[in-house]
Amino acid sequence: MTTAAATAGERTAKAKPATMAQALGRALRDSMADDPSVHVLGEDVGTLGGVFRITDGLAKEFGDERCTDTPLAEAGILGAAVGMAMYGLRPVVEMQFDAFAYPAFEQLISHVAKMRNRTGGAMPLPITVRVPYGGGIGGVEHHSDSSEAYYMATPGLHVVTPATVDDAYGLLRASIASDDPVVFLEPKRLYWSKADWSPQAPAAVEPIGRAVVRRQGRSATLITYGPSLPVCMEAAEAAVEEGWDLEVVDLRSLVPFDDETVAASVRRTGRAVVVHESTGFGGPGGEIAARITERCFHHLEAPVLRVAGFDIPYPPPMQERHHLPGVDRVLDAVARLQWEAEH
Amino acid sequence: MTVQELPGAAAYRPTPPPAWKPLTDPAPLLPDPEPYRVLGTDAVADADPELLLRLYAELVRGRRYNAQATALTKQGRLAVYPSSTGQEACEVAAALVLEERDWLFPSYRDTLAAVARGLDPVEALTLLRGDRHTGYDPREHRIAPLCTPLATQLPHAVGLAHAARLKGDDVVALAMVGDGGTSEGDFHEALNFAAVWRAPVVFLVQNNGFAISVPLAKQTAAPSLAHKAVGYGMPGRLVDGNDAAAVHQVLSEAVARARSGGGPTLVEAVTYRMDAHTNADDATRYRGDSEVEAWRDHDPVRILERELTGRGLLGDEGIEEARVAAEQMAAGLRDRMNADPVLDPMDLFAHVYAEQTTQLREQAARLRVELDAENDQHDQHGTDDRGAGR
Repeated sequence: MTTAAATAGERTAKAKPATMAQALGRALRDSMADDPSVHVLGEDVGTLGGVFRITDGLAKEFGDERCTDTPLAEAGILGAAVGMAMYGLRPVVEMQFDAFAYPAFEQLISHVAKMRNRTGGAMPLPITVRVPYGGGIGGVEHHSDSSEAYYMATPGLHVVTPATVDDAYGLLRASIASDDPVVFLEPKRLYWSKADWSPQAPAAVEPIGRAVVRRQGRSATLITYGPSLPVCMEAAEAAVEEGWDLEVVDLRSLVPFDDETVAASVRRTGRAVVVHESTGFGGPGGEIAARITERCFHHLEAPVLRVAGFDIPYPPPMQERHHLPGVDRVLDAVARLQWEAEH
Repeated sequence: MTVQELPGAAAYRPTPPPAWKPLTDPAPLLPDPEPYRVLGTDAVADADPELLLRLYAELVRGRRYNAQATALTKQGRLAVYPSSTGQEACEVAAALVLEERDWLFPSYRDTLAAVARGLDPVEALTLLRGDRHTGYDPREHRIAPLCTPLATQLPHAVGLAHAARLKGDDVVALAMVGDGGTSEGDFHEALNFAAVWRAPVVFLVQNNGFAISVPLAKQTAAPSLAHKAVGYGMPGRLVDGNDAAAVHQVLSEAVARARSGGGPTLVEAVTYRMDAHTNADDATRYRGDSEVEAWRDHDPVRILERELTGRGLLGDEGIEEARVAAEQMAAGLRDRMNADPVLDPMDLFAHVYAEQTTQLREQAARLRVELDAENDQHDQHGTDDRGAGR
């Protein structure tokens, strides 16, 4: 998988529109510059700068002991990071692709997530696990999974996913600074989405765990995160013609979950649709819909609906557009909210 | 199948691919075919008598500890105990070769190594007792939590040793694993990382013959577990795991090598688990008495005692002294384990995250209500049986 690499010149240019990929790289760089205990490790993160070029230039600037090309073994990478964190370092691990993280699951679930708990708080593990995730980039199988439900089901992990360039920077810095392990899900199809964001003037770093209302509206709430945020924003604009004034909530953090922001929005609008790429059955949408129902039952004018990927293994690239929830599918759900309200 | 030679084809010999050359000479990495021994050999003349006596006292104490812990399972005071009886030489040597600043990464069977390193015997048992997962601060004692998943602690040892070296600290990590654990992916990944990084790590495989019921022959086709080292580019050493002096010497050399920047070593200690896998296992289903009896003659306590008495370093008085010290330890352990631990259920939520999430705060509040209701019920009955025996 090759990408349109950001050159060092582009990255340091002032006040140019930057990409999410550049913002993530900048967050790593700034974290490493501020804190000598921050170490980046993973397959290809050094000389190559990562297959997505997120870590481009880090090995050159900080040396290969701070940005380390490891053997190709995800359990070994994450397991070594556990030991490094036990000795006081702050490792940032790259898993390269969503499905490549699966060999490291035992380390993640049995050790990374539990070490603080197992040791009665004596040994927290400040590890950030960067996982480029999701589809829409034409990747062949094992390159497009949305694995957030697995991580969400594991107590002890924070699960974070940015949808904007600003959040990519801010949330990654907050994740690296966190004393708890964070699974940092990078929506890889947004890597090259641009924003008027200057790498020279970092946005304020918000604490992990707060959702944000991206668009205010009165008639229903779309609840989403990561790669589905632009889809929902577009759907909200398109819905205006149909007479719908949609509110869009970007969760940013799946764990901890911001019940307050979500419930406040749904209480205002009375209707909610959860939108994400990962499968619907057993997916994050079921949890979110249940939480909304528990908190907002008397405010709801219609059942909480989900627009998710189909319950199938991630399809081959020539078929993925049928699987990924697009604007039409979101609008269709919004229309069903109307129907549900009338019956 | 034979290949028919075409006219003129005999002259063609493919050249090797341009990049190929061996990265390292395998010969120095190979273990000796026989497990290294000290007791009963000429090598014992070089052994420090004081060290041998110390090993003996620790072995006797360790044997008694295993017996006491096993007895505690029968009284319901321990949920489970994987005994290391028969393997005490490995446990004790692993603990004694390390400096205070070094780190020990034990598996679930290595409680004794943690105790021999100086950990409070009761704190070492909290996992197996079931009151807390890890009853000690790993940083304070430089002992990682007893690890239940197999071999997953090995990459931790590598990462820690690597981090220590990056910080310029003179620290070695010693990681313990069983023969079954050598089949796990984490074993291979840890050894590979350690060798590539030249991390100051020592891997100690206690080959005790069985992974629960599966014998070594069904676990590996390698000549020995120590031979696996050559594939990673580190030396493999084979040692008699019941010979405390030999294990101590081989591990000392490996630790010194790691400390001086020489990189990791894989040590296979050939030993035998005299008890079942745990108190919940029935070892008679998979091994015969005659096999166990054959090992009894090569018992680590007995062979060291014979050596010491034979050389006049240990008499009846010394034996009695070690026995009394072990009894005192066991009595203390018994007394303290018979006291009910005082647990706070609210601790369940205390150490999931640095800061509790709102979700956990809500759940903690719900448990609080349940506990208050329980307490009210106790008060209404006029008795308070909280904390009564199990």
